[in-house]
Amino acid sequence: MILHPAVIANLLASYIASFMVVYAAYYGAQILRRWDIQSGAELQLVLERKTYLISTLLTYVFGLQLLSLFLYVFTADTLCPLFVGAMCAAGTLNVNGFGYPTLVLKMVNFLLAGLWLVLNHADNQGYDYPLIKKKYLLLAFIAPFIILETILESAYFLDMQADVITSCCGSLFSSERVTGLGSEIASLPAKPMIWVFYIAMSITLACGVFFYRKGKGGYLYAALSVLMFVISLVSIVSFISLYIYELPTHHCPFCIIMQEYHYIGYLLYILLFGAVVSGIGIGALIPFRQVESLHSMLSGFIGKLALASVVLYAAFTVLVTYEIISSNLVMTYEVAS
Amino acid sequence: MIELVNVKKVFNAGNPSEFSALNSVNLHIGENKVTVLRGPSGSGKTTLLSIIGCMSRPTAGRVRLGGREISSLPERFLTDIRRKTFGFIFQQPNLIKGISVLENVMLPAYPLGEPRSRLREKAMQGLAELNISTKAASKVEWLSGGEAQRASIVRALINKPTIIIADEPTAHLDTKLSQRFMEIIEKFKAEGKTVIITSHDPLVCDSKMVDRVINLRDGRIEGEPS
Amino acid sequence: MRAWVEKQRYIIDFTLSSLIRRKVKNFGLLALYTLIVFILASAMFFTYSIKREASLILKGSPEIVVQRIKAGRHDLFPVRYLETLRKIRGVAAVEGRLWGYYYDGLAGANYTLLSPPTQQEAAEPAKPSAKTAVVEDEETEHHGVDASKPLFEHQGTALEPGTLIIGNGIARIRNIAKGEFMPFRAFDGTILNFRIAGTLSSQSELVSSDLMLIAEEDFRKLFGIESDYVTDVTVVVDNPSEIDTVASKITKLLPDARPIVRDEILRTYDSIFNWRGGMMIVIFSAAVLAFVIFAWDKASGLSAGERREIGILKAVGWETSDVIQMKFWEGAMISLTAFLTGVILAYIHVFFTGSLVFEPALKGWSNLYPHFALTPFINAEQLITLFFLTVVPYTVATIVPTWRAATIDPDSAMRHTGE
Repeated sequence: MILHPAVIANLLASYIASFMVVYAAYYGAQILRRWDIQSGAELQLVLERKTYLISTLLTYVFGLQLLSLFLYVFTADTLCPLFVGAMCAAGTLNVNGFGYPTLVLKMVNFLLAGLWLVLNHADNQGYDYPLIKKKYLLLAFIAPFIILETILESAYFLDMQADVITSCCGSLFSSERVTGLGSEIASLPAKPMIWVFYIAMSITLACGVFFYRKGKGGYLYAALSVLMFVISLVSIVSFISLYIYELPTHHCPFCIIMQEYHYIGYLLYILLFGAVVSGIGIGALIPFRQVESLHSMLSGFIGKLALASVVLYAAFTVLVTYEIISSNLVMTYEVAS
Repeated sequence: MIELVNVKKVFNAGNPSEFSALNSVNLHIGENKVTVLRGPSGSGKTTLLSIIGCMSRPTAGRVRLGGREISSLPERFLTDIRRKTFGFIFQQPNLIKGISVLENVMLPAYPLGEPRSRLREKAMQGLAELNISTKAASKVEWLSGGEAQRASIVRALINKPTIIIADEPTAHLDTKLSQRFMEIIEKFKAEGKTVIITSHDPLVCDSKMVDRVINLRDGRIEGEPS
Repeated sequence: MRAWVEKQRYIIDFTLSSLIRRKVKNFGLLALYTLIVFILASAMFFTYSIKREASLILKGSPEIVVQRIKAGRHDLFPVRYLETLRKIRGVAAVEGRLWGYYYDGLAGANYTLLSPPTQQEAAEPAKPSAKTAVVEDEETEHHGVDASKPLFEHQGTALEPGTLIIGNGIARIRNIAKGEFMPFRAFDGTILNFRIAGTLSSQSELVSSDLMLIAEEDFRKLFGIESDYVTDVTVVVDNPSEIDTVASKITKLLPDARPIVRDEILRTYDSIFNWRGGMMIVIFSAAVLAFVIFAWDKASGLSAGERREIGILKAVGWETSDVIQMKFWEGAMISLTAFLTGVILAYIHVFFTGSLVFEPALKGWSNLYPHFALTPFINAEQLITLFFLTVVPYTVATIVPTWRAATIDPDSAMRHTGE
């Protein structure tokens, strides 16, 4: 294992997040079993107080997941000089089979935590905690994912071996050496992808605005926002990064959060994450529109989520378009990779 | 206005130290009336007051406020109702030391997020009505007993509540200040507010503006069918 | 939305005033917190900037160093091998190096002796030479270590036989200056006297503190190395993608030689510093843990006055989540203050006072410890790592105590009649 301070910080954050979620899930299970809103017994009051603790814990987990996602990428970038052939974070993540799955899980857990917070907020607006059971069932569902993420991340870091000279008598070099790591990221061809991105975004935005106005097609929008999220990520790899780096072969989605590119990646990713969390939040809340205690406010809340999601996706598109227009790169032909 | 049906409050349920503060209380508090709850210590006065005032929930039974049932409302709703409907005056002024009188008075309105200038105006107005506006910027430690009491009253009124609840308000006041206090209560009544007081001070209980006196003993109302 | 912002402002105001009201208790916590951040930040700044310094320096070194191995030990390199190396396709230049160690019993220190290349070779700028030093000269401008420049540059004439140019560490420890003489014991027991012709720049002290430049014939006389041997050889390869190929050819052509590729050295140094930095963090984690427990204890132990205050807040209409928000801002303010103060102090400590606190530990029993000023280097990654190692544990430790405080019953204000 590479005992780098950033690695320690990553593992620490991961273990803390797991601990908090498991702790929260444990109390959530208690609540699931004994909850009775009608009762005024002390147990019920204690359980109600516990819900505050769980909400607070999950809020912190949400924030922690987002920060640790970025720290993870930073760490991968810092460690890249230690591996032959690794040019940036993309290479480091390839060091063993756990790097990319951990990244994917981190994103998924962030989205799940965001979804939980949306549900929690809606639940709190109802005077009889209408969504409480579903909320804590979701929490029980999230817990194994966080634990899995911690396991994978530990495996990733613990398994890492830097390509260093370990003996004063030897040298690393030997002719039987396996070639270095591939830093190439599999990417789809750029030009067609540009079309796909803009067309998909237009459809998504249109559906979102339609839903915002007419209140119909919420599920469709939620599904589209997830699809758009995936398309956007693929697009970043495929062509958006090219314009930011002004290099037709540099597809890495991680370098855009580095200093050299003015940290533009942060803005892009945050807009994207925000948009998809509000989008799936809509999908999660629509089934409860008929619940009596939520009746008055849920439509308003869902409306706000829709607006947020649409605005964020639109802002993302504007930023991407700006990057493309202001870039010095002109794509006149496809670079065969 | 406020209705209690078969209200029970039990503490430490299931433990050896379990005890029942309130047993089957049935009560109706009328609007725009001054009601006094009288009883020895341990009779459950404070518990009853806190249930009436949306500060805690009954273990069993129903509480209705203006027709709406509030007994099983979660804390945040209860608190919201309490903020807007009730004003509390405690035995002790219970002001927070180290901050000014004005800030103390504005405290209950902080969670509502009202614009600061408007809130200050309301607070200054309230202070003026009780003749302590000169003390607005002073630290609470420098107030006399009566002034502190009046400051806590202004605080209770900051969100314009319709129901005033006072817990043994004259316990630490001399006769003159107690009388002044009753005058303030008279003013409340004239403004259409409902007042609920716990006390065993004859000055309060025998006052002519009191509409009804309820006697509590061992968690039950005396003389009322349980 | 506006109401929410206004509410946060109110809460922040109140929190600030309540923190100031409890100066003593909070001051202790703040001081300890700042100390923890200070220690960790100092360790991190130090390791990161040394690592950076080292990698910048190494960037100027030649792509491959070739050494001869005999029975697993480093042996002298025959000069005739150089021709073999020159013939490899891709090799731009090959240069023999003469260097070695001399133990000085008087000072109890090891000096590195180096014979810079002759005037002829140094005059060709196309071949970067990594062997000459900047002689102390007021006119030269010092802009920090420039990675594109060779490690040291020889100014003016070649070293005259019989003279030395020494590093500042040596000058200090032997209390010797330009013009004075220094005796050496040669391999055969004879005493050779050398005159000090100058000192190396304090700019390069990190690498040249224990360095001595000596003329080639003097070197050979001192150590008894014949003219058909050199210590080792540097190979310049212009095309980066060819380095590995050239290295593999070297191993084939010269089976008793080992090529050391510069990138390997870079990676190894990186690893060493990472490991050292990480080790320090692990050791300090005991301190962080102690601090976290202390913070948790402080947060749990509400004084009667605090309990009363929260009771009052809840009684006048604050909700549990409002109190939690207040506590959150409390934690945020303390964390922010401690973090900023700790980082600033660490910055001053490492980059302006030369890590005064760590110096005894770092110096060890080294006699030739260089005086150097590290170039300040902070990046976002360091700060985020620091944040995760300090603020996150503190915040998490206070979550449960905060919640417990926030769930105080509102009617506790009614029940307590005393102060």
